[in-house]
Amino acid sequence: MSASGARAGSEPVDADDPATRSGTGQLPVELILLRQAASYLGPAVFLVDASGRLLYFNEQAEPLLGLRFDDVGELEMDAWLRAFLPADDAGRPIAPDEVPLVVALRDDRPVHARLTIVGQDGVRRAIETSCLPLRGQAGTRLGAMAWFWTAP
Amino acid sequence: MRVTLWGTRGSLASCGPDTVRYGGNTACVEVRADDGSLLILDAGTGLRALGATLGRDAARIDILLSHLHLDHLQGLGFFGPLYERRGEVHLWGPPSPAGSLRARLGRYLSPPLFPVRLRDLGSRVVLHESPPEPHGIGPFRIRSAFVIHPGPTVGYRISEGSRSLAYLPDHEPALGARRFPESFRWTSGAALAVGADLLIHDAQYTADEYPGRVGWGHSTGTDALAFARLSAVDRLVTFHHDPAHDDAWLDTLHRELEAVSPVPIEAGREGRTLGV
Repeated sequence: MSASGARAGSEPVDADDPATRSGTGQLPVELILLRQAASYLGPAVFLVDASGRLLYFNEQAEPLLGLRFDDVGELEMDAWLRAFLPADDAGRPIAPDEVPLVVALRDDRPVHARLTIVGQDGVRRAIETSCLPLRGQAGTRLGAMAWFWTAP
Repeated sequence: MRVTLWGTRGSLASCGPDTVRYGGNTACVEVRADDGSLLILDAGTGLRALGATLGRDAARIDILLSHLHLDHLQGLGFFGPLYERRGEVHLWGPPSPAGSLRARLGRYLSPPLFPVRLRDLGSRVVLHESPPEPHGIGPFRIRSAFVIHPGPTVGYRISEGSRSLAYLPDHEPALGARRFPESFRWTSGAALAVGADLLIHDAQYTADEYPGRVGWGHSTGTDALAFARLSAVDRLVTFHHDPAHDDAWLDTLHRELEAVSPVPIEAGREGRTLGV
């Protein structure tokens, strides 16, 4: 995907936005291992830190999101929420604080849901997702991860 | 700081005629501040001999445990100061969701594995779960963080003034990485090691041995070099030598590593003291 690629509806991801590229500092080892595991898994995986910042999505997520992770890199939560325009099956927008991954992160509980998102290629797709809060070895809240699939 | 290696072997003590020069005792490192203050890193079998040098008057001794595998713990029951009534020994170790540090240490320091219970030691033993935020012990500044190794395991960065030592004795940062090293942000242990004057790092395996030991929590010498380069350390000491690697093997291995190393490198040798 081109960072400036025009498409209907959602806000394009700007790979040159300083917020996109501002990830600094080493991440907790648990997140490092989760990303490595995700890169080997079949389902699409979307990983965020405790602030909701997108850290990584795997290759399997790329067709559903309509972009390559290497092209966009990390994104603040409001940027990915704007970019993927989550909505229900009827196309009604889902409020940011009701997006399953945001709920899992905020409420520290698993959430399973069906929704639609608009990829950066402009295509709206129905997906099913399981979102899990992540805690580290010392009990620290690390973030959350979403597994998702094309909804039947 | 002065850093003395009392045990450099990994996994299993391996003392014998073939390991005389690099040593056979397991992980234990003495760190002395300029004012003589003492920190001990890990309590492998090397701890017994270190304890014998400390005399009976040490008021407080701090031992920082990277994790609780036996090769980092076995010397604890043979550490003389633990039996001195006047002493105070502070043990620091990684937190775990599986139980308190006391409960986990108590599995070793209790029958049937050991005849003396933690609570029955003569000295006052104070246990601390290593905090994620930097903290001070005497003149030392300590930072710990979880690193890749099976079970809760931390590495340490110890600073005194502007000088720093990074200690990652059991560490497999290349585990699962499609490219290693990839980036600072996505490399276990990098924040502890970055810019350290001295890095003591796991280099247990050769590249030929590693494929059969992936996930066991240890590095190849080549990966230790790559990690040292990424972290921009000044000097690398390899550590946690495999019990099967005798002196001749380690000589050969380190000649090869030295030839390609971007930083000064030496194989950790029991009894060696390094200035930091």
